[in-house]
Amino acid sequence: MATLSVCQPQLGGFSFENCKRNAVLEAEVTKLGCNIPAARKTGTTICGVVFKDGLVLGADTRATEGMIVADKNCSKIHYISPNIYCCGAGTAADTEMTTQIISSNLELHSLSTSRLPRVATANRMLKQMLFRYQGHIGAALVLGGVDCNGPHLYSIYPHGSTDKLPYVTMGSGSLAAMAVFEDRYKQDMEEEDAKRLVRDAIAAGIFNDLGSGSNIDLCVITKGRVDYLRPHDMVNKKGVRCVYELEALPHQ
Amino acid sequence: MNTRGLRSQLKDSVPVTGMGPQVGAYGVQDTLRSGFSSVKNELLPSHALELSEKNFQLNQDKMNFSTLRNIQGLHAPLKLQMEYRAARQIQRLPFLQSSHLALDTLKGNDESISFEDILNDPAQSEMVGEPHIMVEYKLGLM
Repeated sequence: MATLSVCQPQLGGFSFENCKRNAVLEAEVTKLGCNIPAARKTGTTICGVVFKDGLVLGADTRATEGMIVADKNCSKIHYISPNIYCCGAGTAADTEMTTQIISSNLELHSLSTSRLPRVATANRMLKQMLFRYQGHIGAALVLGGVDCNGPHLYSIYPHGSTDKLPYVTMGSGSLAAMAVFEDRYKQDMEEEDAKRLVRDAIAAGIFNDLGSGSNIDLCVITKGRVDYLRPHDMVNKKGVRCVYELEALPHQ
Repeated sequence: MNTRGLRSQLKDSVPVTGMGPQVGAYGVQDTLRSGFSSVKNELLPSHALELSEKNFQLNQDKMNFSTLRNIQGLHAPLKLQMEYRAARQIQRLPFLQSSHLALDTLKGNDESISFEDILNDPAQSEMVGEPHIMVEYKLGLM
């Protein structure tokens, strides 16, 4: 007669119970010629630029599920703390949960230190968490904020490496956006120039990359003020044929 | 939060053993959850992260204690481990949930939130042990 065994207390966190079953199911389904459902990604263009008194973050608003647009107006600029915001590319759920967890941790940390959180703290927390999971959490982030030491901009890759730079782009449209940045970035720009530059970089991503589309969201962070402009520019209105005019720029 | 680089983790980390037979309740192979029993299933992890996640907290503790020992001497990790052991003794009956509040405060987990607090919360697990068996096990009668 079978007896019950002692139940071991389970730990919290990720459970890998179903991995073998999922692998077997996936093999069966591929044998039949179907596909397993794809995770919702934000094939994206996100970017950020540092200007004289602060920084500007920009993002498009399309979320894709394989070849289908899942969300025409999703919000990719996430709140981390009153002076720090983060754009997220990659798997939508991963970027959402990662930024929420780091936002909670930063709030607890700032309550414990009684100080406004620093961008370097958020960067360190994010990179340690992403490295712990060895890239299985597919979140590529552009983190920016203004703290007591001035404006800081970081790009964080899914495996946990980070770069601290004056202008960064991430996502599937990052090459198009970086082309615009490399052409027109100058140090110590004014706020309006910086906003126009980021808007043009995201627009380049929207028009030249299938994974990015819909509107352009901007977030302008300066010391003591955050402007969350959503939407800043609606370049893809439904039913309106868009004529994209290249601005004639004076060459220096 | 981790405060040390990875290189020092290697010689201090918990040695890796096999996965072992996946027993569920009643002490037999849990076919629904872990599939048919085979040697391969028992030796290899089902996901690349399974081993590192299983031992993550242990590895972190080992690393931190060995740093403390190198910096402050043997008394520091000894005192801390004594406090951990005292806090780990749960005064409740074994099948009831404990919040581990004292242990969390000692380890500093009360000031951070991670996946352990959000996913698979042990307080909300669907499996509960048979009370009589668990008390007998704790008292050493089994």
